[in-house]
Amino acid sequence: MSGAFARIRNGGALPLGKLPEADFDAFRGALLAELAAGRRLVAFFAAPVDGAGADLWAVVAADGPGTLAIARTRLPDDRFPSLTPAAPQAHLFEREMAEQLGLKPQGHPWLKPVRYRPSWRPGHDAWGRSEGEPILPAVGDFFRVEGTEVHEVAVGPVHAGVIEPGHFRFQCHGEKVFHLEIALGFQHRGVEESLLGGPHRTTAARMETLAGDTTVGHSTAFAQALEALSGTAVPPRAQALRGIALELERLANHTGDLGALAGDVGFLPTASFCGRLRGDFLNMTAVLCGNRFGRGLVRPGGTLVDADAALVADLSRRLEETMKDLRGAAELLFATATVTARFEGTGRVDPATAEALGLVGPAARACGVDQDVRRDHPSGVFRFVHVPVMTAHDGDVNARAYVRWLEAQRSYEFVRAQLAALPEGIVRNAPKPLRPEHVAVSLVEGWRGEVAHVAVTGVDGRFSRYKVVDPSFHNWTGLAMALRNEEISDFPLCNKSFNLSYCGHDL
Amino acid sequence: MIDTLVHLALVLALPPLLTGVIAKTKAAFAGRNGPPLLQGYWDLAKLLRKGSVLPAGSTWVFLAGPVAGVAAPLLASLLLPFGGHEAPLSFAGDMILFAYLFALARFFTASAALDTGSAFEGMGAAREVAFSALAEPALFFGFVALARISGSLSLSGMLGSGPGWVTAGAPLVLVAASWAVVLLAENCRIPFDDPNTHLELTMIHEVMVLDHGGPALGLVLYGASVKLFVLSALFLRVVFPFNATDPNLDWLAFVAGILLVAIGIGVVESVMARLKLVKVPQLLVGACLLSAFGMLLLAR
Repeated sequence: MSGAFARIRNGGALPLGKLPEADFDAFRGALLAELAAGRRLVAFFAAPVDGAGADLWAVVAADGPGTLAIARTRLPDDRFPSLTPAAPQAHLFEREMAEQLGLKPQGHPWLKPVRYRPSWRPGHDAWGRSEGEPILPAVGDFFRVEGTEVHEVAVGPVHAGVIEPGHFRFQCHGEKVFHLEIALGFQHRGVEESLLGGPHRTTAARMETLAGDTTVGHSTAFAQALEALSGTAVPPRAQALRGIALELERLANHTGDLGALAGDVGFLPTASFCGRLRGDFLNMTAVLCGNRFGRGLVRPGGTLVDADAALVADLSRRLEETMKDLRGAAELLFATATVTARFEGTGRVDPATAEALGLVGPAARACGVDQDVRRDHPSGVFRFVHVPVMTAHDGDVNARAYVRWLEAQRSYEFVRAQLAALPEGIVRNAPKPLRPEHVAVSLVEGWRGEVAHVAVTGVDGRFSRYKVVDPSFHNWTGLAMALRNEEISDFPLCNKSFNLSYCGHDL
Repeated sequence: MIDTLVHLALVLALPPLLTGVIAKTKAAFAGRNGPPLLQGYWDLAKLLRKGSVLPAGSTWVFLAGPVAGVAAPLLASLLLPFGGHEAPLSFAGDMILFAYLFALARFFTASAALDTGSAFEGMGAAREVAFSALAEPALFFGFVALARISGSLSLSGMLGSGPGWVTAGAPLVLVAASWAVVLLAENCRIPFDDPNTHLELTMIHEVMVLDHGGPALGLVLYGASVKLFVLSALFLRVVFPFNATDPNLDWLAFVAGILLVAIGIGVVESVMARLKLVKVPQLLVGACLLSAFGMLLLAR
């Protein structure tokens, strides 16, 4: 359709020479046309170029045909007309590139820092801050509603429970929330900066810590990206093991979320049982690889661990036992009228908002957005085994909870089938060196939604840019929209129903 | 004299046990062991030995909240007959003092919350005051019904000989149902409030005492358990007007009854979720209507 884009599939790589040369206007026009056609912005980022320039990269997913479109353009200077007014999906990406490289998207409606860090390129700062000037987190402009009866409630970054830090600013009228603005960045570790010139010896281990609860999701995305760049094939047995680990991660987290949602509304039986059952699922991952979160399991080329027949039998037995208990706890939750009365109609996101913001994962599927990387952009074992996509239509807390329960059941069926028919053979091929001047895109449906990694190599075969997009990056704005015109007392429940990652966003 | 001493001993010593019984009941439903029955006492012992930090800019009002929160329910308990025994203090119209002693405690707790100047605590104080304003009529309509049945204007007169289930069963059922709601709402139990939540934005009562620590928090917790004890005793006397001939047996029945009420609260908390905050006033208005109808049934 548009000449600015080259198309590949998930887990594919492309020599940089095959990317069409596009000036910024052509790039912008083509990208807006793609997004206007209903496609999703997977990643939109800037990369520093030697000297002082910057490249803009965009990756757009066409979920129907299962293709990923990549475009790149060299920016003539730091200013460019913002895409956000025409394509809201781009809003946070543009704020991010303004912060990272000091670019200035002109006409962005709310250009403020994302993580409160200095620019990677000294001397380029989107807000004209001088070098060495301290940047305080969550300090700056916030939306304000004026009026004598309007009041502001600020929550965090220190919360009453032991959770990750984030700052939430509510504009309220009595109990009603007019607007919620979320300021994050407290957990920033400089992941993407440190990956320039990578991969390093520690990179694989670091990828497992991008968001601790999505260890398998991120490490699989990283492994796929490196396999694409190096042309390494993954043995079938390793693909199946990765799939099992990914679905166990989904089971553990969805179970934990159902329990936490029950706990938030004070429904104890499910809260307590799911707390234990989440641990049981994590223990299954530990049985598989020695770590409850799946660290040291997935590496480029395959997996570091194998499962013998006794271990597979043990896993199958644990799976059946745990699922039986989970079925009881979850069915009790949804059969209790006071719980559904609390869940239904709370924190509603309408499908149009969900699509405009580019929400992903269960949060999007709960709004009826029929999208799942495992089906739309399959990679690994999911090319051969199809996991049905679960959707709901109300977009409220109940829908987000119910989609999780449905997905947990499909994951259970998948793991059971895979354990029963694990392919034979080796679990790892030695990864080959990365090919220079290539770009690879790797998507994985983590339990929270689409995990996207985009890797670009330079002439030396090392990363000239490595972009990570955690599903939370897309979905935090969805939470803010879910709170509009809701009661402020419903915030914790809405927050739990999204259960987004702070460190995955802050990177 | 002995009765008064036993009365005082019970109201001073027993309340923390109730929270332990509720916690044990909830744990049983959740398939857990739960904290020890006497955990409430251990918590108090721990908190009273701690130092405390006062919020910057707070005044004596901040500490008056916890003190009034203990003193008022203790004083109110003196007006209430426990089991079949006379209340230590009794006079015509004492039920009005009884009800407004709790209101006094609430006034000081809310003032202490506002004294911190925190947005949360102001929010919690607004919720607490709004909801209790709705619970108050439910309590009073019930008092009017009981006064009408017994022909007495004091709590001892209304409840001392047991409130006539034989002669006025229907109105009493309505009053008991209404007061069960009041009992849960006034003591911040599920479905109105969740005493265990750590989510500051959903709290009603708990958010008002977020800034209290150490001995002040100990007093708050103790005051809350005394309030639970006294209101449970009131509710118990309506639904279970047991008068034994032997005074010792009577005390025993009273303690057993109170523990049963605590178990009942634990069961309610285990089988249902919290209400959406906007639904809380609706349920309280429903409770008011129940006791109002109970009163109307007697106005013939």
